[in-house]
Amino acid sequence: MNEAPVEAAPAPSRAAVTHAALFFAFLKMGLLGFGGVAPWVRQVIVEERRWMNDREFASLLGLSQVLPGANTINTAVLLGDRFRGISGAAAAVLGLMAAPLAIAVAIVELYGAVSQNPYVVAAIAGAGAGAAGLVIGTGLKIARNLRLTPRIVIVTFVVFLAVGIFRLPLVWVLAGIIPLTIVAAWFDPNS
Amino acid sequence: MLVQIGILVTLLSLLAFGGANAIVPELHRQVVDVMGRMTDSEFTNLFALAQTAPGPNVMILSLVGWRLAGAAGLAVATAATVVPTSVLALAAGRFLAHAGDSRALKAVRAGLVPLAIGLILASGYVLARAADRDALTAAITFVTATALLFTRINPIWLMAGAAGVGVAVRVLSP
Repeated sequence: MNEAPVEAAPAPSRAAVTHAALFFAFLKMGLLGFGGVAPWVRQVIVEERRWMNDREFASLLGLSQVLPGANTINTAVLLGDRFRGISGAAAAVLGLMAAPLAIAVAIVELYGAVSQNPYVVAAIAGAGAGAAGLVIGTGLKIARNLRLTPRIVIVTFVVFLAVGIFRLPLVWVLAGIIPLTIVAAWFDPNS
Repeated sequence: MLVQIGILVTLLSLLAFGGANAIVPELHRQVVDVMGRMTDSEFTNLFALAQTAPGPNVMILSLVGWRLAGAAGLAVATAATVVPTSVLALAAGRFLAHAGDSRALKAVRAGLVPLAIGLILASGYVLARAADRDALTAAITFVTATALLFTRINPIWLMAGAAGVGVAVRVLSP
């Protein structure tokens, strides 16, 4: 399989990723991330800003997911720290959290007034279905931009089955799959 | 109250593998059953709002802080959500970045790649099962995923379209 152009994207110059750039990039992800921030994290970091390619992004995302806490907050910390140290991590997390917190509090206070409105309910139902589609599309997009070796296909499928279909407790799945995926990568000549 | 919120949220956030969904049952038990500070339906509404609002869904912890103790509760709960797990992420990220390029560390980094893809697909599937209540919402999910995958359209238009189709069908249906 040919590598898509995204994987071949050049590494950004570190100078381009300022504290302000980190803050505003994550502000955008937080604001747009209705029903889940994850698709927007890839959209902004890989496609718009070109701060990393899909392989680097998937590795960073994987680390964010095996650590406790919100994936997106962990991603903000890891990415901010990689480019600008601890203050960069703080800028990214502030950008991610500030606007959504204000909006969430406002929604909680206003909810009683709009929750009976059938059009609001219909819009939220449509947006929820769209958000699910974005998450699925993002997973497939990352996979498409990688060299899909048998190792990657098998581990992806096992994780999807265990967590998505069988709904096994995530901590158990991680405890079982982390050693396996690392050993598999150790012996995979393509990785 | 604030100390209680801080301790509860710190403990829960450190257990939140995979985000807020992992800790919602325990949060519910503590706030509704143990502390008795919120009714069952108040909690359920708050959770639905945290899912719908933009931003990471661990904000449910911040919203519980807001409901229990106002602005101070919001600040304490948010700090307790963000700081401990961020310190952990910082340490793990630096260890992996600076520990060199041994074969073992390369295997760790490469091994995380399919794990990430499997988890994001699983979360998309779980979200779709919850959101797709009829043929219309299922079609919206399918079209959104397909359009994201095969076009360069900005996802903001896909989300606006999804919400718009939901409203349009509601308006046009008798």
